[in-house]
Amino acid sequence: MSTNPDAFPTDEVAGPVLRFAGVGMRYGRSPEVLKDVTFDLAPGSFHFLTGASGAGKSSLLKLIYMAEQASRGRIELFGRDIEAVAAADRPFLRRRIGVVFQEFRLLEHLSAFDNCALPLRIAGGKPDQYRGDVAELLNWVGLRSRMHALPATLSGGEKQRLAIARAVVGRPDILLADEPTGNVDQGHALRILRLFVELNRLGTTVLIATHDEDLVARSGKPVLHLDNGRLRHYGRGAGQ
Amino acid sequence: MFDVQRWRPGPLLPRRDARDGALVFVVSVLCFLACLTAIGALAANRAAQGWTSQLSDSATVVIQPHGAESPDTAAARAAEALAGVKGVTEARALEKEKAEALLEPWLGREALLDDLPVPRLVAVELDPKAPAKAGDLDRALKAAGVQATVDDHSVWIADIRHAAGVARWFALSVCLLIIAAAAAVIGFATRAGLAAHRDVIEVLHLSGAETGFVARLFQSRFATAAGLAGLFGAGSAAAIAALARLAGGGQGLSPVLPLAWIDLLALLPAPLMAALTAAVAARLSAAAILREMG
Repeated sequence: MSTNPDAFPTDEVAGPVLRFAGVGMRYGRSPEVLKDVTFDLAPGSFHFLTGASGAGKSSLLKLIYMAEQASRGRIELFGRDIEAVAAADRPFLRRRIGVVFQEFRLLEHLSAFDNCALPLRIAGGKPDQYRGDVAELLNWVGLRSRMHALPATLSGGEKQRLAIARAVVGRPDILLADEPTGNVDQGHALRILRLFVELNRLGTTVLIATHDEDLVARSGKPVLHLDNGRLRHYGRGAGQ
Repeated sequence: MFDVQRWRPGPLLPRRDARDGALVFVVSVLCFLACLTAIGALAANRAAQGWTSQLSDSATVVIQPHGAESPDTAAARAAEALAGVKGVTEARALEKEKAEALLEPWLGREALLDDLPVPRLVAVELDPKAPAKAGDLDRALKAAGVQATVDDHSVWIADIRHAAGVARWFALSVCLLIIAAAAAVIGFATRAGLAAHRDVIEVLHLSGAETGFVARLFQSRFATAAGLAGLFGAGSAAAIAALARLAGGGQGLSPVLPLAWIDLLALLPAPLMAALTAAVAARLSAAAILREMG
């Protein structure tokens, strides 16, 4: 069992960053919410995950960031079967995944700056080392003047952008976002999309769960569509 | 102007709230009870030791005068003979009045008629380090030609030792039970406190925090709270014990339950034990919650 942060070097992946092979998932004894899901994500790719409410989008993302376990099938992350990864090594694997939660999950007692810096702090970073990067990132997402504000005082859009900033501050290899434009107007949604595209250009693999068909169409990016827990097709948005 | 305070990283756990106050209160009360019981157990132990040593350090000789010799003369001769025995520090013939005073509670003043043959007694104080045996006293009396019965309190001592042992074990058992209950409640309260911060744990966990990182946060938080509570509880118990000791005068709280100042030292580890229990409970609980999260 390895507990070394170097157990998951970032340049190791030659094949897909993420591979689902015949994955099924259920909560407790309830019927499966995901059925025989199979797909690959290549390094540096950008995909949307679409489907109606309850189709299994959030459950699929939870399997990737290891908040839930598959009831069958195999999931490989960075070339490793995640079921075979020792519990002590999972934190290091999670640090390579950035997650924008649907409900943000900001820590209400921390300032916007401290929320954004959280992954760096957890990874052992010192304030002197990350202060400049975090401030620059918050500036980039338009929260420069709100750095020391508590989440309770931020608007829905500001919280959304803060959650995105926290997800990307650690320069993750893969970025997962669950309905990242669900709480913002069309203008903000496009700004957020541009932010994701910029990150993707820097090499981050992006997977965005959304039911915003308009956003998907404008992006022209490939789509994974879930229908009642089954992956129906790979496709492209209308824009491309 | 650059404000250092604004840029100092905030604490990863929310500041103390009402739930922490409840934890401190419960742990304080339990520590207080545990400390009081501990002091009671120490006092009961000391009382039990006192009872047995008082009885084992003395013997009573009942004189049976014969011939023309008066009971007082026989008792005086017996005391003289016994005083020379090795292991006896003092032998004293009790006057008739003292013997009557001893009988009065059972017979009443009216019954103590002048012609009632009240036995004469000799009180013998024994050397606590090397007390004389009943046989030594018997031989000395026979050598002096005094007919007497030696009562070395062995029957009493056996009963008192038994009662003292029961009292000691009872006090110790109650004390251990309360300490165990206190530890269990500290554990439960810590778990409840931790569960209340489950949302924070989840965010830290999903952001890549290791078990040790999360456990350390809660460990220090709850250990500090429980240690503080232990200090309040032990301090209050010590204050009450000190008041009881002062009010009790030279014999401690009472001759039945003698308290000593040194007993208060037994309360010193209480805050440390409370802190340690909370730290262990927090660590185990945090690890369990993280295990559940996968």
